[in-house]
Amino acid sequence: MSTPFGMMAAVFGSLFVDPSTFERITGWSVKPEGVCRGERCIPIALRDGHVDVQAFADQSARALKHDAESGLWALGPESGSHALASARLPELELPTVDGKPFRLSSLRGQKVLLVAWASW
Amino acid sequence: MWQELRAELHPKGLEIVTVALDSGGAAAPRPWIEAARPEHPSLIDERHVCDELLGIVNVPNGVWIDESGTIVRPPEPAWPRRPALADREPRPDDPPLRVESLRVVRALRYEAAPYIDALRDWVAQGAASRFALSADEVVRRSRPIPAEVSAAAASFALGLELHGRAEPDRAATWFLEAMRLQPDNWTYRRQAWTLAGADRERLYPTDWLTEVKRLGIENYYPPLAL
Repeated sequence: MSTPFGMMAAVFGSLFVDPSTFERITGWSVKPEGVCRGERCIPIALRDGHVDVQAFADQSARALKHDAESGLWALGPESGSHALASARLPELELPTVDGKPFRLSSLRGQKVLLVAWASW
Repeated sequence: MWQELRAELHPKGLEIVTVALDSGGAAAPRPWIEAARPEHPSLIDERHVCDELLGIVNVPNGVWIDESGTIVRPPEPAWPRRPALADREPRPDDPPLRVESLRVVRALRYEAAPYIDALRDWVAQGAASRFALSADEVVRRSRPIPAEVSAAAASFALGLELHGRAEPDRAATWFLEAMRLQPDNWTYRRQAWTLAGADRERLYPTDWLTEVKRLGIENYYPPLAL
């Protein structure tokens, strides 16, 4: 599964995360000007070489929840806008029922009806 | 469920992709998929990625994507036809709770015919179809994310993580928090109940019927704005 769009809720074991883990989980990468995705950068400084998740949450209007017993932290999606930031379909790769990876972008050139359902 | 429509519209340029929002993996939806024998891709979304990326809070929901990968209709209730359960008459030996559930299922809103007519129009006319929305309208109609919804998504993610670590009681604490923060998110609620398995009644002292009535039968599938 790949979510390079980086808007998903993300779970961390610590509030200070090394840049490569942060990028893998959120899709946001560390650059000299801050934590960036595409053209957009959030100007937060690294703390001892680690991303400060609390500062990232505060500056991008994301909820941050903490489970004290397990020590886990979870970051929500950016608030204040809509689920779809644009009409461009986010790149999305999910497994088929047989476990093979499938990219929705492989259907370019056709109209697509995506139907979300569930067994529950 | 969608195979018949796919057979009709695939030669005209439409592909259907189903995504099962099932945190238990492929095992739970597999029997339905195998029974339907679909020719279209059948995907599994264990982490509910689609819910959050697209703004889906109940199923079934449909999203229209054009040839260039642009969404032209955001998530909305999508039925290929009225479900059989909605017309199931109670049997004399049905317990009262079952009879009441059937009454509520019948009273839900299923706008299959207008939805599928609109879909056919879009397949035939593409961007000229009045049902293909502008990019601004797609964004505007997608779910807003106030602070509570961001907090609900973080809570649900903690619940899923703790469930995966075999900590059902801690997981339930966070799933309940997600439901409290975003009461109209039925995917959170129903997924959490299902994951609880035999512990469901202990962890969640409510049920679908009670919750649908509490939140309003008319709100379960909001009206289409075609």
